[in-house]
Amino acid sequence: MKCKDFLKELTDYLDGKISESLKAELDDHMLWCHECHVVVNTTKKTIEIYRDNQIYELPEDLRTRLHQAIMVKCKQSSSGKKSH
Amino acid sequence: METIQKKADEGITSELALVQAAKKGDLEAFSELVRRYDRNIFRIAQHITHNEEDAQDVVQDAFLKAYQNLEQFQGNSKFYTWLVRIAVNEALMRLRKRRNDRTVSLDEDVETEDGAIPREVADWSPNPEQLYGTAELGDILKKTIQGLSPGFRTVFVLRDVEGLSTEETAEMLGLSVPAVKSRLLRARLQLRERLARYFKSKRGGDGQP
Repeated sequence: MKCKDFLKELTDYLDGKISESLKAELDDHMLWCHECHVVVNTTKKTIEIYRDNQIYELPEDLRTRLHQAIMVKCKQSSSGKKSH
Repeated sequence: METIQKKADEGITSELALVQAAKKGDLEAFSELVRRYDRNIFRIAQHITHNEEDAQDVVQDAFLKAYQNLEQFQGNSKFYTWLVRIAVNEALMRLRKRRNDRTVSLDEDVETEDGAIPREVADWSPNPEQLYGTAELGDILKKTIQGLSPGFRTVFVLRDVEGLSTEETAEMLGLSVPAVKSRLLRARLQLRERLARYFKSKRGGDGQP
């Protein structure tokens, strides 16, 4: 297996969505190919770091304000509907 | 395990019940749906627009549109899938407005070769989370994902940050499953390549082991 073919399978490999036999081939490739080994590790880390460090959390006070604004608009739109 | 499964089942049932109640005009039921998903919608909107003001507008408009169009929600998919689809469209519209560019779409830059061939092959050690403080790390992560085209970052956010399946992501974005997969691979590789500038091991000078 060439590195190019390895890369093609990377996403399914990381998601655990490949057959046992293909997984064995990829694992075997990683044993001797240091570069692909590093690419797998660092791509895995890339996913984890974005998953574990939520960079866009909704602050609680903003959340309350947005919620109120949404409900006011919904109320207005349903009372509008009824008057038609 | 059993209780978790039971809770998950109850979650699905009550979502449908809430949607049905909201369809009949029960605002309290819709309010519960807002509470359930507002954080996710805000995160997705922020990732696409990169602008807090726009993200706030997206959250409001997406929920309002969902409420006004509840009748059209057939219940073939999950309410959340339907809601995200509305929110993604709203977010892309805001992005177009801000960039004053009608061409912003999920298809932008999909042909790029950027990151297709890994260049940075030095391992990351120590753990990046030990190298940087929380705020600094947050800035790096934001700056890095902002460099991706909207089509790539949207797929990455839905699949890897929000943890949705490839099939769900395809349905939300109106893309085929292979298109989602290929974008996800490219997004992951581009992010990896860019993060390597900050995280690669300094030992060995040029990063080689």
